[in-house]
Amino acid sequence: MSEVNEHLIIAPILIPFIAGAVMLLYDDRQRKAKMWLSLLSAAALLFVSIELLDRSKDAGLSDSGAMGFYLLGDWMAPWGIVLVIDRLAAMMLVLTSLLAIPSLIYATAGWQRQGQHFHSLFQFLLMGLNGAFLTGDLFNLFVFFEVLLAASYGLMLHGSGQLRIRAGLHYIAINLAASLLFLLGVSLIYGITGTLNMAHLANLVSSISEADRPLFHAAIALLSVAFLVKAGSWPLSFWLPTTYMAAAAPVGAMFAIMTKVGVYVILRLSMLFFGQGAGPSAGFGAEVLIFLGMATILFGLIGVLSSQGLGRMAAFLVLISSGTVLGVTGFAQAGGGQAMLAGALYYLMGSTLATGALFLLIEPMSREDGGIAAMLALTADAYGLDEPDLDDPEPPGFVIPGTMTVLGVSFVFCVLVLAGMPPLAGFVGKVAMISALLDATSLPTNLAWGFVALLILSGFATLIGLARIGVQTFWASEGMAPRVPALEVAPVVALMVMVLLLTFKAQVSLRYMEETAAALNMPRSYAYGVFSAPRAAHGPDTAGDEVETEDSE
Amino acid sequence: MEYVMSAAIGILSASGIWLLLRPRTFQVIIGLCLLSYAVNLFIFSMGRLRPGAPPVIPKGGFVDATAYADPLPQALVLTAIVISFATTALFLVVMIASRGSTGTDHVDGQEREQ
Repeated sequence: MSEVNEHLIIAPILIPFIAGAVMLLYDDRQRKAKMWLSLLSAAALLFVSIELLDRSKDAGLSDSGAMGFYLLGDWMAPWGIVLVIDRLAAMMLVLTSLLAIPSLIYATAGWQRQGQHFHSLFQFLLMGLNGAFLTGDLFNLFVFFEVLLAASYGLMLHGSGQLRIRAGLHYIAINLAASLLFLLGVSLIYGITGTLNMAHLANLVSSISEADRPLFHAAIALLSVAFLVKAGSWPLSFWLPTTYMAAAAPVGAMFAIMTKVGVYVILRLSMLFFGQGAGPSAGFGAEVLIFLGMATILFGLIGVLSSQGLGRMAAFLVLISSGTVLGVTGFAQAGGGQAMLAGALYYLMGSTLATGALFLLIEPMSREDGGIAAMLALTADAYGLDEPDLDDPEPPGFVIPGTMTVLGVSFVFCVLVLAGMPPLAGFVGKVAMISALLDATSLPTNLAWGFVALLILSGFATLIGLARIGVQTFWASEGMAPRVPALEVAPVVALMVMVLLLTFKAQVSLRYMEETAAALNMPRSYAYGVFSAPRAAHGPDTAGDEVETEDSE
Repeated sequence: MEYVMSAAIGILSASGIWLLLRPRTFQVIIGLCLLSYAVNLFIFSMGRLRPGAPPVIPKGGFVDATAYADPLPQALVLTAIVISFATTALFLVVMIASRGSTGTDHVDGQEREQ
């Protein structure tokens, strides 16, 4: 393996970091240069993450599986920070960059002009997301969470305006409080086990002394509260609809993956710490996750039915999507099997892309001639943001023909995916989940049936809610069709093409997800891999066994 | 020392939580500050409280690890302090912007009707 190849694992963190930092050196009049730099960085990210995905294809399925590791500073596993790329992390990286490129293209149509440093903040958000997916260390996870949150605070306020500031205030306050809980949980875990390395922790869970076990569970519960806030789980999600609705469209689309970071961490940690090999702790929290997942779906379902605007509805759809995956995580932990988890991962991909597309559709769809644009101009005026741009005129440029047709088709497309109607990805994912739920014999039947019912009901509610909006916009509206620049439709079409690809290649991708789920069910191989990761300076070093005995207090 | 420490953490977090639930933005930010002090003390105490034990080991020679305090929580506290300081500053900016745009310091941007 050549040097460059080895260091590719850290590239998803370094590329946006460098791009974002370089862009800080230019002031906002160099917007075109920034835009290209930003797009270039996102494209490079996509390239790197696909390469990493390809490389980790058979990772974690056996003890010698070619999982990728990167020892930062060449320190051995439990002492240094390790980056881990397995199938799940690679998949999330690809999803992030797939969502980032359309959002950026959409932003170039107008939103990038509404405030300062849009592209830098966007790149830092990407850096935080990628770092959170890659890291194998709990405290490092905290740091990356803070990076992505700090960037998201800035992006959330992008474009200013009273509604945004108000929603932003709530968003920041709840996330600061959640971060403090995160810190409490992390330090408590360190106090009990003496390590923060996830793989090391996974090894230690079964041998924690009986006196310390309740404390360890309390620590994990504290941590989970922090992640559940991000995932938008039910009693902790009242901030989410207003925040997502108030955020600028491309930011809202990118935020669709922010809830998935919370879900990802919960999935990773619960499979790693409380899988079958965790001794007395096995299955800890499974019932809570199932219950919270169901409550979240129910809350989202009611929200979808009661919301008047598309923005609010899209935010509630994000809740349904993350509630579904949370619930299935609980079932998988209770011994539900791999097929269900695979279906949930597939569903996560499809629904994230579709909600992203929906957020991008909100503006073009609700734009009567001048409506939103005039409002934007007004806010921009009030805050003195609209500096004259001589080198970057308003891109009225190419306005697509048959606006209503294109918008309508894209909208129907999103509805089909999100409601889980055949023939698109949402349907495939839901069928995979439901059939696995019905097949699973080890689960409590009532719970499984209740979850199935909620899944179907939520699809139905989505269909009703979105169809109502569609009728209002496309059939009951009067007057001229709005002028929609191609730059705003192209990203939606791109997202649609991705969902289509996901649907047509359902067999390949479902198989990938199945193997991912299988790997997640074998935390041993993850842990083993981390400890046998070769150091650059000293060659292969298998200090894993000696470490295990030494550090447990 | 354990009693003093736990009392400090308890009082700080109790007042922090109370302030966090108050309706004025200024109270919320002070509450967050107090809470983060409590959390920092908590992280510090997770390395076990040991008076007179330095966290840095001298170079060379035989080192008796039991005579030294755990340096890791202290490093974690440093990171946590820096991060919470930065995010609190950012929150302060948003708070001032909210005061400017809504004309009130209520967290919801409007006074509750009596």
